[in-house]
Amino acid sequence: MQWEVVIGLETHAQLRTNSKIFSGASTAFGAAPNVQACAVDIALPGVLPVLNRAAVACAIRFGLAVGGAIAPRSIFARKNYFYPDLPKGYQISQYEIPVVSGGSLAIAVGQNDGRYEKTVQLTRAHLEEDAGKSLHEDFHGKSGIDLNRAGTPLLEIVTEPDMRSAAEAVAYAKALHALVQWIGICDGNMQEGSFRCDANVSVRPKGSDKLGTRREIKNLNSFRFMQQAIDYEVKWQIERIGDGGAIEQATVLFDPDSGETRAMRSKEDAQDYRYFPDPDLLPLEISPAWIAEVKSAMPELPAAMKDRFERDYQLSAYDAGALTATLATARYFEDCAAAAGAADVKTAKLCANWVMGELSARLNAAELDIAAAPLSAARLAGMIRRIADGTISGKIAKEVFDALWAGEAQDADAVIEARGLRQISDTGALEAIIDEVLAANPKSVEEFRAGKEKAFNALVGQLMKATRGRANPQQVNELLKQRLTGE
Amino acid sequence: MIKASLRELSAALAQKKISSVELSTLFLERIERLNPTLNAFISVDRDKTLAQAGQADAAIAAGGAGALAGIPLAYKDIFCTEGWATTCGSKMLANFVSPYDAHVVQLLKAAGLVTLGKTNMDEFAMGSSNETSFFGPVRNPWDTAKVPGGSSGGSAAAVAARLAPAATGTDTGGSIRQPAALCGLTGLKPTYGVVSRYGMIAFASSLDQGGPMAKSAEDCALLLSAMAGFDPRDSTSLARPVEDYARDLDQPLAGLKIGLPREFFAEGMADDVRAAVDAALAEYRKAGAVTVEVGLPNSGLSVPAYYVIAPAEASSNLSRFDGVRYGHRAPEYSDLFDMYCKSRAQGFGAEVKRRILIGTYVLSHGYYDAYYLQAQKIRRLIADDFAQAFEHCDVIMGPTSPGVAFDVGAKSDDPVAMYLSDIYTIAVNLAGLPGMSIPCGFGAGGLPVGLQLIGNYFDEARMLNVAHRYQQATDWHLRMPEDI
Amino acid sequence: MPLNLDQIARIARLSRIEISAAEAAQTRDQLNGVFALIEQLQAVDTRGIAPMAHAMDLTQRLREDVVTEEDRRAAYQAVAPEVEAGLYLVPRVVE
Repeated sequence: MQWEVVIGLETHAQLRTNSKIFSGASTAFGAAPNVQACAVDIALPGVLPVLNRAAVACAIRFGLAVGGAIAPRSIFARKNYFYPDLPKGYQISQYEIPVVSGGSLAIAVGQNDGRYEKTVQLTRAHLEEDAGKSLHEDFHGKSGIDLNRAGTPLLEIVTEPDMRSAAEAVAYAKALHALVQWIGICDGNMQEGSFRCDANVSVRPKGSDKLGTRREIKNLNSFRFMQQAIDYEVKWQIERIGDGGAIEQATVLFDPDSGETRAMRSKEDAQDYRYFPDPDLLPLEISPAWIAEVKSAMPELPAAMKDRFERDYQLSAYDAGALTATLATARYFEDCAAAAGAADVKTAKLCANWVMGELSARLNAAELDIAAAPLSAARLAGMIRRIADGTISGKIAKEVFDALWAGEAQDADAVIEARGLRQISDTGALEAIIDEVLAANPKSVEEFRAGKEKAFNALVGQLMKATRGRANPQQVNELLKQRLTGE
Repeated sequence: MIKASLRELSAALAQKKISSVELSTLFLERIERLNPTLNAFISVDRDKTLAQAGQADAAIAAGGAGALAGIPLAYKDIFCTEGWATTCGSKMLANFVSPYDAHVVQLLKAAGLVTLGKTNMDEFAMGSSNETSFFGPVRNPWDTAKVPGGSSGGSAAAVAARLAPAATGTDTGGSIRQPAALCGLTGLKPTYGVVSRYGMIAFASSLDQGGPMAKSAEDCALLLSAMAGFDPRDSTSLARPVEDYARDLDQPLAGLKIGLPREFFAEGMADDVRAAVDAALAEYRKAGAVTVEVGLPNSGLSVPAYYVIAPAEASSNLSRFDGVRYGHRAPEYSDLFDMYCKSRAQGFGAEVKRRILIGTYVLSHGYYDAYYLQAQKIRRLIADDFAQAFEHCDVIMGPTSPGVAFDVGAKSDDPVAMYLSDIYTIAVNLAGLPGMSIPCGFGAGGLPVGLQLIGNYFDEARMLNVAHRYQQATDWHLRMPEDI
Repeated sequence: MPLNLDQIARIARLSRIEISAAEAAQTRDQLNGVFALIEQLQAVDTRGIAPMAHAMDLTQRLREDVVTEEDRRAAYQAVAPEVEAGLYLVPRVVE
């Protein structure tokens, strides 16, 4: 039987605020246990929550970015359950009326010929508080509870069950990860847990329009794990059904060591969260004026910027997509293109190639973020200008790039001068060198004349060697051909 | 001195006729003598009190101290007081020494009032007789076989027996007004949001409100002026200008329109209560007020609606008492689940557990709409009734409690009978309105009867005026029980 | 609709309150008494009535995003049943 995979994602993005969603404690990561857990966070008797304006502003920003509806009035509810990392015995969340409803996110899946675009519909995004952490080691068989994270603002972003493969789920998660950082509401640090995904996975016979029973994979904190976990889960579900078994709704955890998912220890009783409006918090009202204010401060969004790149720089959809993968990359590219002279679309394309090619490869190898690149967009642009005006060839440019990366000089011109890398485009000078090379390589000349085309390339190689790569390659080709055949 | 009003005490302190240390000592000695019988206080700490009194004396001597500086005050043990055990009447918090002060405590401390001790109360404020306290029942100073009412029973008994000049209380369904009535005191529950709930251990968040319990309306006005005020830490605290609640005390009552809800004067009220209330209304008419009949047609639903809403909120509010960060943890348990279940079973008393279970049930899947949502809709009907009634009157009056204080043990095995003792007070909390109880005579057994005053939103100053003028014309509020 | 012992056991579990068999029977009877009172609500026609969750019809006030709290761990943990290395200890949490 042919199976169709159905995936919906729930993502918890920690919002970039200074203080917690309902208290004035710091949200900074990495403090000693419980020193950032204030009276409200540890739920002392008698304490009360007050909502952080900045957390709401983040939610509005997100709603605008995905084209969702921002509720003029939304409600905070209590989700009641007992857990040691949940000090009040309830989590303050939004239930019936979330702050953001609907919206969508465009994603690109796959590479090269297999690449396609798709839109994932969002169900909702709501504000809630994070829980603390349970640490399981070293306490004589007990767990230690650190409540520093308790009360950190979260935006929970829920999709429709729109994804049909692990690849689509990962593409969505990456696009969302880029977006929340792009609009500055989340630092995106997955190691620190700032961006965590739960995947609801089910399978159904292809062609069926009925959803299968889903299992929820909790706390996927890397894209690689997400891919592995979903792949394993899908295989498991299909095998189980194939063996005549049924899928039971469950929450499962992914074990990166074994690469398997396993159901969490069954709860003492079926969860019944007893949601009800939190009497300590009043309805959250968001005025059109506030939304307009947030909108006016919103950066150009990736989708719009991608369209603009395609239009203004005549870049391919693929290039424009890659350059708008993160705001930092897009900014770097635009700075570079502006400095290099982007009115010429060829120059713009050169910038795109260098940013996506050499720069990106070097950053990857060095595990650096583009914001921390050792050479600035302006310096790279200086080099690209010299390629565009014929001062250096693309090949020589690699050497210039290396020197700039290593911080050897202030700009490309200095490198070119110091190393004598200027391209030789003078016909007389090139002809003199050709004469020398031909004289020194009579065998290759013989072979070429005997019909071996390869020998031509060998001669070009010798020429380049003699000029240390500085000869204008196009001219060398033309002049050499003239000399060998034109006589 | 033990009979003196707050103004008289203030004057005596200002004129150095007595020091705060002397005054506090006087009350501490009375507590030492009478508390073993009354059980009104859970915590008394002579050293702490006298140290604070000494500071108040220094402030008075230095000049510029507030009018209430140096006056001792008892706090219901629901208010978090830094460095003091704050038990909420529960075994769960028997060893909880609060690391912070409630907003109300901060304000009153800043005004120079001296903490005399923490008063007994029904466990987590759940009760109407002060019998659910882990620290034992409180006795009514008018007759120690009787309950003082609840849940602020310790505060009521303490002030009635003159163990404290005044006290704080909280009122979720009548917990200031009913014990004030049963002990012959004046007590005021302000409009919801006037007094900060920060540091007041939550019972039912949308109903809870702190307020003063004292010997007179004037004392209540002075205390409320010091207790009330905007608190940014409480989302439901109202950002309103600071008020002097004593400003209108002496306004004449001529032309005052008193609304009498026909539902309050139907069956259910004991004859002795009715007689005292009728006499009080006659006194008001004599002062130039007129009475008009008003309707509160849904008020009969207030008890059932309350017993859905309050337990629902409480079941969630009390989840934080899990034995992890503070409070009682069972000495033995097999695992985490068992630790929760045992700690809470041991830490909470029967009435608290009952209400948690009711609350859990009405919020649980499949019952929410039928119970919780329905109760909230009826809550709106009840609030709307009041809005209509106040189109026809300035203040509503009626009994505070259907009867005078009952015997200790009389209703403790019958939750429903106990719940019905708040039948006249609960609607006020559901609507969020201000309510008062003032002494208006004595009923069977020489026990006090309370007259309830219900005002429109933010009409506290007017209500205090209405109460004060009555107390100028009568002396019920000055009567005190014989020393036990 | 009276509660049965299974329901009592279920809500006691949800509430994390241990309850013995004898207590359960007594609790059931008491709760059924209370629910008999509460059932009065069912007779009221509340169609079109907006539920009232708060005493005041106001909207949420917002806090500025400023860190105002300092470390008071020592004071807060002074009342804790069991702490070690700044952590609250509980019986092992099994996921």
